[in-house]
Amino acid sequence: MMRFILPLVLFLILAVFLFKGLGRDTREVPSPLIGKAAPAFSLPTLQEPAKQFSPKEMLGRVWLLNVWASWCEACKDEHPVLMQFSSEKVLPIVGVDYKDKREDGIDTLKKAGNPYDQVISDADGKVGFDYGVYGVPETYVIDKTGIIRFKQIGPVTPENLRDKLMPLIAELQAK
Amino acid sequence: MIPELGHFSLIIALFMAMSLGVLPILGAARNSRVLMGVARPLAYGQFVFIALAFGVLAHAFLSNDFSVLYVAQHSNSQLPGQYRFAAIWGGHEGSLLLWALLLSVWAASVATFSRHLPEEMVARVLGVMGLIEAGFLLFMLLTSNPFTRLLPAAADGADLNPLLQDPGLVIHPPMLYMGYVGFSVAYAFAISALLGGKLDATWARWSRPWTTVAWVFMTIGIALGSGWAYYELGWGGWWFWDPVENASFMPWLLGTALIHSLAVTEKRGAFKSWTVLLAIGAFSLSLLGTFLVRSGVLTSVHSFASDPKRGIFILGFLVVVIGASLLLFAWRAPKVGLGGKFDMLSRESLLLSNNVLLSVASASVFIGTLYPLFMDALGYGKLSVGAPYFQAVFVPLMVPMVFMMGLGPLARWKKMAVPDLASRVKWGFASALVIALLLPFLMGKFLSQESSKWSPLVALGLLMSFWIIASLIISLKQRLSGEGDLAQRLRRQSLSYYGMQLAHLGVAVFIIGVTLVKGYETERDVRMNVGDTIVAGGYEFRFNGVTQVPGPNYVAGEGSVTVHRDGHLVADLHPEKRVYNVSGMPLTEASIQPGLFRDLYVSLGEPIPESEGAWAVRIYIKPFVDWIWAGCLMMALGGVLSISDRRYRIHQKATARASAEPVVSNLQGQAS
Repeated sequence: MMRFILPLVLFLILAVFLFKGLGRDTREVPSPLIGKAAPAFSLPTLQEPAKQFSPKEMLGRVWLLNVWASWCEACKDEHPVLMQFSSEKVLPIVGVDYKDKREDGIDTLKKAGNPYDQVISDADGKVGFDYGVYGVPETYVIDKTGIIRFKQIGPVTPENLRDKLMPLIAELQAK
Repeated sequence: MIPELGHFSLIIALFMAMSLGVLPILGAARNSRVLMGVARPLAYGQFVFIALAFGVLAHAFLSNDFSVLYVAQHSNSQLPGQYRFAAIWGGHEGSLLLWALLLSVWAASVATFSRHLPEEMVARVLGVMGLIEAGFLLFMLLTSNPFTRLLPAAADGADLNPLLQDPGLVIHPPMLYMGYVGFSVAYAFAISALLGGKLDATWARWSRPWTTVAWVFMTIGIALGSGWAYYELGWGGWWFWDPVENASFMPWLLGTALIHSLAVTEKRGAFKSWTVLLAIGAFSLSLLGTFLVRSGVLTSVHSFASDPKRGIFILGFLVVVIGASLLLFAWRAPKVGLGGKFDMLSRESLLLSNNVLLSVASASVFIGTLYPLFMDALGYGKLSVGAPYFQAVFVPLMVPMVFMMGLGPLARWKKMAVPDLASRVKWGFASALVIALLLPFLMGKFLSQESSKWSPLVALGLLMSFWIIASLIISLKQRLSGEGDLAQRLRRQSLSYYGMQLAHLGVAVFIIGVTLVKGYETERDVRMNVGDTIVAGGYEFRFNGVTQVPGPNYVAGEGSVTVHRDGHLVADLHPEKRVYNVSGMPLTEASIQPGLFRDLYVSLGEPIPESEGAWAVRIYIKPFVDWIWAGCLMMALGGVLSISDRRYRIHQKATARASAEPVVSNLQGQAS
């Protein structure tokens, strides 16, 4: 008898999860990091493991930190937008190749083009942890003093680039 | 005025669907011929009014009526005509309307082609479909009305997402939705069998052709979507394990299990409650797919604009529909009893194992797709699961499944001795093994690879394919042995037998495609100046530069790449890089020369700055990639063949009698 009720029980458990999932906003999540200094780190760059990158290098400039990975499908969606944006040379874009094999990351950029001024390899997801990465891709706007000003969860689209990121960047650069 | 007519038609259709959902089912319970008699007219009625609403929305799109909000959001006056029509289902509201329309098409077809069914069965089946239709119409009218006005009207529309401006949009969603929605028929049959309490072989017989038709549509729909992604995204992949792809793949897997399970239930009376559960499961997954795509719980390339209010509604609908049917199942199924008994090794046991493997495969896709949601709800943060998980889980499940797929058609019903089966297949298996081990060596040479590598995965894939082919030959030989004219003996086999074998052959062809493209594809990403040539896989690619070409609603940089082999021109390819006027969104359009043994695939990367017309160019040679879709097409064609079988054309009185003797089995596991 039990086994005939089992499907129903399993489904109801699933329904509870789906209900909890409804409240979650997969794009913009208020991050406790906004308005705080970008966590420091020092990690090897993707192409040259011997070279290290640290956010300190970017002080004095407004820059974008974009978290991506070769295994991330939504990043492929975002990629042409970033390519277009980087060709406009508005500000430096630093990529973080998150929890990814080095070869795969390099291969992806070689194939699809590289919109980044620098790419960091974060194979263990350490930076991702410090920055509270929820899901790849994510994009952070960091100001001249190294403070995180904005966080975008999910792909950057031409619309939110135009409506949100660009005005904010212009404002921060003018300071 | 016209859009309001569409809105009004939807309201009328809603009332018809609600009546359809209540009156005939009540009639069947009270044995009232009058109440049961309204089922057919109401099914036709709701179809007419939904079709009217659909026509109204089509008119709004084709006449550029930007006073309709949905049209203003998804179309533009520059948009070419065929996409203006297809844009109807390019967004959330319109695709729901397409869904509702197709559901009413299925209901109207059931009403038409069910003359030989008992009246109360027709009443219940149409009633259940009416309830589902009512749910969708209510959803549309309350949260997602496609006819909402935008006043004052927009001067021009925001344009359709460039990714969707492709012939793929015209045909892929309708096909896929036909499949999704089609599973509602099998579901409705299962529910009405549970309601009526008569779960014998008959309902399986009736719902079989409907299930197969839905499965055929779904197979074609998924294959089209995969082909679209292959040439549109410019990444050369054909399956991305995206949540929305998975949403269609899960019901497909369960639907495949259902088709096989129905065959056993019809022929042997076994697996009855299991089959019912699969029918409920396949449609539930279709509904769940709708929820995942539209509620915003998962991010995906395909997601529609998300709105929690819509999510709540669909979730509530999901709980009512699936919860109620599983409750009904828990209540009625224990009384069903077990069907014909069978041995440890028999066609039944092989089909049951396949069923279980397909269901587990479906469950594993399910877990991978919803994993981020589970983890998030449990407070472990947001994670995502990529292709590596799916490949690691999926391949080990498919290997035993394919092995049993070869044995199934050769095994006898009820009982089969192991040595008997082994002696029938040993030569087939041995030759498949030899071919699989040796062929990879020749393959490298054949595909003009620089090095001919042998890899265990390629050998495994080939073994699976040739094992299916070998078992097919053995089965044919068995069937055709005997005296007389060969042509006559070929004719004597039923169409459904040929259909089954063709579909299985399709799986073999599919696996060959997947294996060889994975094992032997050549990829080159190179910077090319105008006039540069590079050699890859025995082909010489020459880059002739990029010229600006205006399109109807975009400007394209059109590249020219000529391909030579042994001095002969093989292909003249024109990959494009488009920038759409309205959205400013860039889009890569690959150029492909398809071939039986290989595709030549060229797409443009980015222009190289500070150079004279140099570009990053991506060149793929994809051996046997088209076999992937050819295989899917063969599976679908196999389904078509098997429903063209004589026994579905002649409606014998015999359909009403159970074809299996009610033997109580001592096997416990089959019904769980």
